Amino acid sequence: MVMVNGESLDVAGKTVAEYLKTANYDPRRVAVERNGKIVPKAKYSETVIEDGDNIEVVIFVGGG
Amino acid sequence: MNNNDKLIIGGHEFNSRFILGSGKYSLSLIEAAVRDAGAEIITLAVRRANTKERENILDYIPKGVTLLPNTSGARNAEEAVRIARLARELGCGDFVKIEVMRDSKYLLPDNRETIRATEILAKEGFIVMPYMYPDLNAARDLVNAGAATVMPLASPIGSNKGLATKEFIQILIDEIDLPIIVDAGIGRPSQACEAMEMGAAAVMANTALATAGDIPMMAAAFRQAIEAGRKAYLSGLGRVLTRGASASDPLTGFLRD
Repeated sequence: MVMVNGESLDVAGKTVAEYLKTANYDPRRVAVERNGKIVPKAKYSETVIEDGDNIEVVIFVGGG
Repeated sequence: MNNNDKLIIGGHEFNSRFILGSGKYSLSLIEAAVRDAGAEIITLAVRRANTKERENILDYIPKGVTLLPNTSGARNAEEAVRIARLARELGCGDFVKIEVMRDSKYLLPDNRETIRATEILAKEGFIVMPYMYPDLNAARDLVNAGAATVMPLASPIGSNKGLATKEFIQILIDEIDLPIIVDAGIGRPSQACEAMEMGAAAVMANTALATAGDIPMMAAAFRQAIEAGRKAYLSGLGRVLTRGASASDPLTGFLRD
């Protein structure tokens, strides 16, 4: 299993690009961290999510 | 107003001295608030994405407005650095407002951790705008750490209590050779105006608008107040008498018997 934003999901084997598409995220609007390291946008389609990975997907929201 | 009166942050020039927050109000009001505020900088936060949320705030912010992501949620320098890097990866520039808080009741910034985060991020090429408790020594450390501005709080975040730290902000304005941007706690246009009269370079407001009856109208009121305060500062305020009075009318030519 893979932890995505604190939730355990069955997405091991997918690339970051594939996962973002399944989850309906716009890749231009998110930033992704894999095991504490930022995945550059250019690497979304070649970065494969592995079992036990910790993934964070973040966006901008309103704030002060 | 003098058209050469620019606010310069990290080599970028701005005409507006009103930094607008985008928290706690509807996305549909953001465009009107930015327009009526005349704002050229808007703050944002970084949070986990949510598959249920389809709307994105970036679609509501007019083009040409500089985005200023904050590091809210950070409890130490490392967490602030992490959020700042993610914000930059979101692809909207190098500006970052550092916020580090260990206390959730008063939301007071941790100056020491803020200085550490500023040093790391300035070296990475960020334009660092640290939110801080107005302390002269900490402000000097922020300057040495590579900050682009210093953003002292007026009163606790979201309190709308105004310039509770006025005397200490004045010390920063007088002693620190960077733009001093008054952030947090400004609740009314008159308070924003007073901060600008004191010589603040800009004012940041969020809750004052978000909790107002008419958000775009309040944005316009703040804009006018900030412009008025700036003009007053540039004009040079008149002196205050310690005692007594000073007639405004001629002291000759009275009608007398």
